[in-house]
Amino acid sequence: MLSYIVKRFGMGVLTIWFIATATFVAMHLVPGNPLAQEKAVNPVIRANLEKQYGLDKPVTTQYIIYITNMLHGDFGISYTQENRFVKDIISEHFPVSAELGLLSLFFATLGGVLFGAITALSRNRWPDHLIMVFVILGVSVPNFVFAALGQLLILKLNGWTGTTILPIAGWDGFGSMLMPSLVLGLSTMAYLTRLMRATMLEVAGTDYIRTARAKGLSTTRIFLSHQLRNAIMPVITVLGPAIAIITTGGFVVESVFTIPGLGRYFVQAVQQLDYTVIMGTTVFFGAFLVLMVIVADILYGFVDPRIRVEAGR
Amino acid sequence: MSVGRAETFDKAVDFATQTIQLSLDDEPRNLNSIKAVDQISIFFIEHVMEGLLRQDERGRIVGGVAERWEIDDRHARFWLRHNAKWSDGKPVTAKDFVFGWRSGVDPANASEYASIMYSVKNAEAINAGKLPVTALGINAIDDYTLEVELEKPTGYFAYLMNFQIFYPVREDFYRAQNGRYFADIKNMIFNGPFKLTEWVHAASFRMEKNETYWNRDQVKLNVINIPYVTNDNLARFNLFKDGKTALEDGMRGIGKEQVTSAVNNRMRIRAYSDGSIWYTEMNHRKERITSNKNLRKAMQAVLDSQEIVNKVIGIPGYIPAYSLFPVWLQGVHKKFRQEYPAQPPVLDVELAKRYMQQAKQELGMETLPPLALLCDDKENAIREAVYFQSLFKRTLGLEIRVDIQTFKQRLEKMQYGEFDMILAGWGPDYNDPMTFADLFASWNENNHGRYNNPEYDAALRQALGTSDPQLRMGAFGKAQQILIDDAAVLPQYERVVSYVQNPKLRGVAFKQTGAVMVLTYARVVE
Repeated sequence: MLSYIVKRFGMGVLTIWFIATATFVAMHLVPGNPLAQEKAVNPVIRANLEKQYGLDKPVTTQYIIYITNMLHGDFGISYTQENRFVKDIISEHFPVSAELGLLSLFFATLGGVLFGAITALSRNRWPDHLIMVFVILGVSVPNFVFAALGQLLILKLNGWTGTTILPIAGWDGFGSMLMPSLVLGLSTMAYLTRLMRATMLEVAGTDYIRTARAKGLSTTRIFLSHQLRNAIMPVITVLGPAIAIITTGGFVVESVFTIPGLGRYFVQAVQQLDYTVIMGTTVFFGAFLVLMVIVADILYGFVDPRIRVEAGR
Repeated sequence: MSVGRAETFDKAVDFATQTIQLSLDDEPRNLNSIKAVDQISIFFIEHVMEGLLRQDERGRIVGGVAERWEIDDRHARFWLRHNAKWSDGKPVTAKDFVFGWRSGVDPANASEYASIMYSVKNAEAINAGKLPVTALGINAIDDYTLEVELEKPTGYFAYLMNFQIFYPVREDFYRAQNGRYFADIKNMIFNGPFKLTEWVHAASFRMEKNETYWNRDQVKLNVINIPYVTNDNLARFNLFKDGKTALEDGMRGIGKEQVTSAVNNRMRIRAYSDGSIWYTEMNHRKERITSNKNLRKAMQAVLDSQEIVNKVIGIPGYIPAYSLFPVWLQGVHKKFRQEYPAQPPVLDVELAKRYMQQAKQELGMETLPPLALLCDDKENAIREAVYFQSLFKRTLGLEIRVDIQTFKQRLEKMQYGEFDMILAGWGPDYNDPMTFADLFASWNENNHGRYNNPEYDAALRQALGTSDPQLRMGAFGKAQQILIDDAAVLPQYERVVSYVQNPKLRGVAFKQTGAVMVLTYARVVE
């Protein structure tokens, strides 16, 4: 098991290096100058600026400097927020995104497992149909629509009652986190519901369930100790990457509900060609994703002993 | 350090405490006055700092830190008031201006606006690293007298004194920050009407009245609270509707949908001019067919600015433009455009077709290749581009290929001349026609189409060579006519920003240069 974990981490580091290099190359291939502004500056000023950001050096030198600095945990200073270190941007805004992400993941998992189980147990009856309609909506409607609708709903509620039932935006206590995390978790919830339903049904047709039923076990007992435990496996698999995606990718939800998370930096940096922030956030996200996949794999081994045995060989 | 919770009040305005609440669309890029370039930074800087001169609520130049001043062709002299203080109680002295200005042109600081200081003696040479910063033509005769030597006559020098790069910077404080000057709350010192007292990155800001400001009795608001930062226009408009913010201008005007929503909710829609002018820039490089004057004249003769404003933009208040120089610019006595009116071009499809015929002959082409129209990926620009496409096709049989690009990619193409036409705009840096006229000078970096007309350059040189208002405005009048006759650029409109405001908030001032919205004179009524 230990050598397996070490091997996985070694691969992880290699993956992150690859992500960093690919991002660096791709970023420099994109046309456009990170220092260009609507108002062009004269050659003297441009030269001064390029010198300040080290853009006057050859690209290979820039790459070496950047990888070396990265090993020291230094991603440099943002081009668009000229007084902020990229590592500060990440360390200040990631916790907000993580808080939002974990809450929405909580809703998503709870809802996904619950609704998935309900639909599977009541296959082809009305609760199944009803939930599946919402699932299809949840998967196919992009979350900026839900975000706008959610905000409008609160706005109407507040206007209607004349008080602030929930804040329509901001990041100030649980009330303000409720709607954004529900909206952000919606598509994951829908996806998990479908996954849960499918695996539950698959498990229901297996021999050991039939055996359990033949033994005369109660439906509840079968569900809890045989069906659920086996059906939850794929859910854990997708949960790893989902944590990473949801805790960093809430850009739309963050801007609609004015939440100071990392999502906006992720997107705006690309639009603004903010080299250092692009590199910092991408490498950070990549590393986080890799870590979560490894964690999911290890957890998987704990839930299912067979995988542990295979990996151990 | 981590992001804390934004402290939100329940109300947009509060009379008792003279507090208002606002939202912003982004973080300021850099609050250091010698480095700032973006509107949001400038908004903060103008509220927490003050230069030698400032603009009052009607945009007129009045004394700031200086109570008296004299400016001629070669010199400027300022007498500073003795009661101007920094927020730590120390007086604002002439030395603070000397250090601030030297920092502005210091190449090590790589200030993007350094070029606006080139009218001060030796500024350009210092900025290019050819002279030491001490050679700059600014001298503190004593603590309260400042002597400036000019490189060349600068008719608009007084307006520049309200531009952030000319603001004071106190040397001892600056050095104590170790390169973090104005990076965070703890690295700031103020001499303006307000103090920035809270800044949680990308989350919230709080400005409080500065009790050490010499003109504090004029300042009525105690607190300006900004607990929301998002670039989602609809979200910010919703915050206004929910009674959380006191003013919403969508940062560049609320959009068509919000205008409709405001009308339906019986809100009063107000508007201010942000001073910017929007036009179609032409590529005058030899290898481009748009370098042909008759082709440009043909387009000019079918382009109806009025129709663009009414049908394409469709937001009330936009002013159709016929000149590069907006109507709000000051002339000698009256507005520049009252003194030098711009004739709208004659709209005549038949005439346009004759121009077109001539153009084809001169170019030796039977049919013209499609023209590349470069524009950004914003809604307004795309709508306009599509309109041009159908207009020129219908009237002139001219094909337009619309080239939509994201911000940085568009800038790249503009810089390298990869276009025939661009939908572009320009916001002024100071209240003088030069801030626009300069754009089409053959030597200007922002002259993307490389328009090069010796007569035009000569008119500009004339305006640059004197500070006599009559001569200068006359030269701009000439320049204006040359651009129209040459169809060098096709103006479309002057932007007007629509906004909604809480009726209890009064006295918000708007101007066209620097910080567009000024809250220094604002107050909350009962």
